[in-house]
Amino acid sequence: MDLERFKVHGEPLIYGAMISIALATIGIIIGLTYFKKWGYLWREWLTTVDHKRIGVMYILAALLMLFRGGIDAMMMRLQTAAPELKFLDAQHYNEVFTTHGLIMILFMAMPFIIGLMNVIIPLQIGARDVAFPRLNAVSFWLFFFGAMLLNISFVIGGSPDAGWSAYFPLASLEFSPTVGNNYYSLALQISGIGTLITGVNFIVTILKMRAPGMTLMKMPMFTWSVLITNIIIVFAFPVLTVALALMMFDRLFGSQFFTMANGGMDMLWANLFWVWGHPEVYIVILPAFGIYSEIIATFSKKNLYGYTSMVFSMLIISVLSFLVWAHHFYTMGQGAMVNSFFSITTMAIAVPTGVKIFNWLFTLRKGRITFTTPMLYTLAFIPIFTIGGVTGVMLAMASADYQYHNTMFLVAHFHYVLIPGAVFAVIAGFHYWFPKVFGFRLNDRLGRHAFWWIAISFNVTFFPLFFLGLMGMTRRTYTYSAETGYGPLNMLSFAGAVGLSIGFLILVYNIYWSTRYMPKDTNGDPWDGRTLEWATNSPIPAYNFAIVPKVETRDAFWSAKQDNIPLYEGNITKIHMPSNTGKPFILGVIFFVFGFSLVFSLWIPAILSGIGILIVLATMSFDRDHGFYIPAEEVIATEKKLRGETV
Amino acid sequence: MKIDASKPLEYSTEENSNKIFGFWVFLGAEIPLFATLFTVYFVMVNRFASGPSGSELFEIGPVLIETFLLLSSSFTIGLAVHAMRLGHKKAMMVFMAITLLMGLAFIGIEIDEFFTYVHEGATLQTSGFLSSLFVLLGTHGAHVSFGFLWGVVIMIQLWRQGITPATANKAFIFSLFWHFLDVVWIFIFSFVYLKGLM
Ligand code: HEM
Ligand SMILES: [Cu+2]
Repeated sequence: MDLERFKVHGEPLIYGAMISIALATIGIIIGLTYFKKWGYLWREWLTTVDHKRIGVMYILAALLMLFRGGIDAMMMRLQTAAPELKFLDAQHYNEVFTTHGLIMILFMAMPFIIGLMNVIIPLQIGARDVAFPRLNAVSFWLFFFGAMLLNISFVIGGSPDAGWSAYFPLASLEFSPTVGNNYYSLALQISGIGTLITGVNFIVTILKMRAPGMTLMKMPMFTWSVLITNIIIVFAFPVLTVALALMMFDRLFGSQFFTMANGGMDMLWANLFWVWGHPEVYIVILPAFGIYSEIIATFSKKNLYGYTSMVFSMLIISVLSFLVWAHHFYTMGQGAMVNSFFSITTMAIAVPTGVKIFNWLFTLRKGRITFTTPMLYTLAFIPIFTIGGVTGVMLAMASADYQYHNTMFLVAHFHYVLIPGAVFAVIAGFHYWFPKVFGFRLNDRLGRHAFWWIAISFNVTFFPLFFLGLMGMTRRTYTYSAETGYGPLNMLSFAGAVGLSIGFLILVYNIYWSTRYMPKDTNGDPWDGRTLEWATNSPIPAYNFAIVPKVETRDAFWSAKQDNIPLYEGNITKIHMPSNTGKPFILGVIFFVFGFSLVFSLWIPAILSGIGILIVLATMSFDRDHGFYIPAEEVIATEKKLRGETV
Repeated sequence: MKIDASKPLEYSTEENSNKIFGFWVFLGAEIPLFATLFTVYFVMVNRFASGPSGSELFEIGPVLIETFLLLSSSFTIGLAVHAMRLGHKKAMMVFMAITLLMGLAFIGIEIDEFFTYVHEGATLQTSGFLSSLFVLLGTHGAHVSFGFLWGVVIMIQLWRQGITPATANKAFIFSLFWHFLDVVWIFIFSFVYLKGLM
């Protein structure tokens, strides 16, 4: 075997990373052994099927990835801060922008949202669980090990380097001879399967497990957005599955899908990628719309304005999202008719999106607004996202795009939609729902500090990029000469990126500080909430609701509080719960080995782990464990304890 | 587990009916998967570079046998579900076994066909057309193979536990999967083989 292939050469930064990863791993292992936490970790977390814990693990992983992707971003901004810097070389820069994009979208934004939806959706619809708790654990571990597979690439064998869109022929074996793009195809494939399973799981959960009385048009807006998102997932992810499989065949087995000779067709990749890729953008943004709708209604103390039009605009966006993919390659020779079609469909998306913006503004109008941290992010989102949207319409004009295509203008545009549209939303959602999960709030003063740092620095970082793009600075250039005149604006952008980092560090410090010093919330409803997740105790008991609530109106909990409509009827009875299982975790580990073996074309381990996967699946099918019951007395005791009564 | 006696066994608990609905949603995802593979195939169908084209390669004989096997097996899995509804465990097992054997024979013929192609110099690496052909047929074949193993696992459970709400549910879901593969095959038969032979 050729061990050379596993090594990454000549990069002091990477050697440093290698050593710090090794030290951190050893530290964690020693720590867990010293504090005798292995058993706890296994019993309470690695084998859990509780949707809330799975959600928390998703969010933790996503936060870690936010920092990984953020460090990549800082390295890029540092490298381009001034002309002719020699911090990164061209190859390293290629790897950094590729993994930055991949990680931010697939392993940060999406899992963060899936994490929030795991925690909140069953609660919002008054259910005790998701439809398939074990499959939910499978989803998580596939995502997790897929993410890990991509993350080890930069110390073992080299990272993908052809951009997050991995265009062919650039991503082919011929032009990207390292294993980097093998990692791309396998890591995304494994976590993508996990996402698809999540999609199926949540569609069934939302359609079949709502509390009695909650008709579709009485569902909270976040639930609606998640339902639509999961429908998009179910239709879009299979396309990615196929594209990645074909990529793997091309790179590992020499097939001719995307080659330049022998009948291959490189544009086929671009089409397949964006048929998935554009809907993917909406997969991360629609739930954000849902989160903002909840937050705006709660902190304006008003019903959401235009509920029905909100739902319909999301439905229209979901359909249109599948009809715009070619706006990513207007300049790649597809003719005027095709470009016009995609230009029009793209601009059409602005209409339902505009409807939503106005609905939020009308909800705010005459509301009794409280400026909490989540509300600040929401309010900042509206103008910033609008700038992103307007520049999006500029890019949507096919003929004008010949000017902006692949310049920093595009980079500025998509950060202007993705950061307020996804990152602000998950942070807002994180602050908003944190007390539900942990029973105490995050410090609001620290929260505001972080917010102002982030919101201002964001604009300092990305607004200059619009001008750099118009000046002609192309995307993905790793350095430039002083004569171009790009220097000052890039330096400004770097300064902004430093500010952003400070903001995120304050956010993390806030989590630490609040964990130590914030007092417990006692009633489970710290914000005077409207939807059902606030109608149970915090922290949430394993069974969510001691009695399944009955819903009569939208914002059921709000009407229960305002008009004294009883939510709970009947007595507490025994509650059925699924039991924990280690198999999803084991399945994830074997998938990781399988993926790793394929990356390096190690056929024997690949075949063995492939068989291993089938065996684990079979044993899961043979499982006859039907869970257990929590006796009524225990439920009653737990409820009393959570409400602070003495048992 | 609450069992609702007014419904067929496979639907009789909430968990069961959720699983069936979930499987329909999953099949909903299989449609774009195969649709994408077909699209790739249609894009590639005339890109045979220096390799053979479909009309030079395809032989109608084995394909007709494959079609016969898969269509009949879709019928026998239907009979198995019927026997299950009547509570005849033995008949159900026999029909499932026949289904799986036909599936196995199908896979055998397909593998033989692949060997013939490769023998004639038509490999995955030869041309865009052949890459897409092998991957489309191979994905369907892999589904059938997976279905075979899955079916065996379910038969063992049926044999050990009898027809219970849990096993009936699994067998029914399996039958949906099997019918779906049949539908995909009809498309492959018409748009790959028949069209290719013309
Ligand atoms: C936190 C602050 C961030 C900074 C400073 C930053 C900076 C950058 C820079 C400098 C580039 C590469 C420009 C180039 O060389 O072409 C880039 C690319 C990209 N960023 Fe970010 N970014 C940030 C956050 C995010 C987030 C949150 C997302 C997604 C949710 C994201 C998604 C992307 C994507 C998809 C690319 C394109 C990668 C490619 O060209 O393959 N970024 N970003
Ligand atoms: Cu797009």
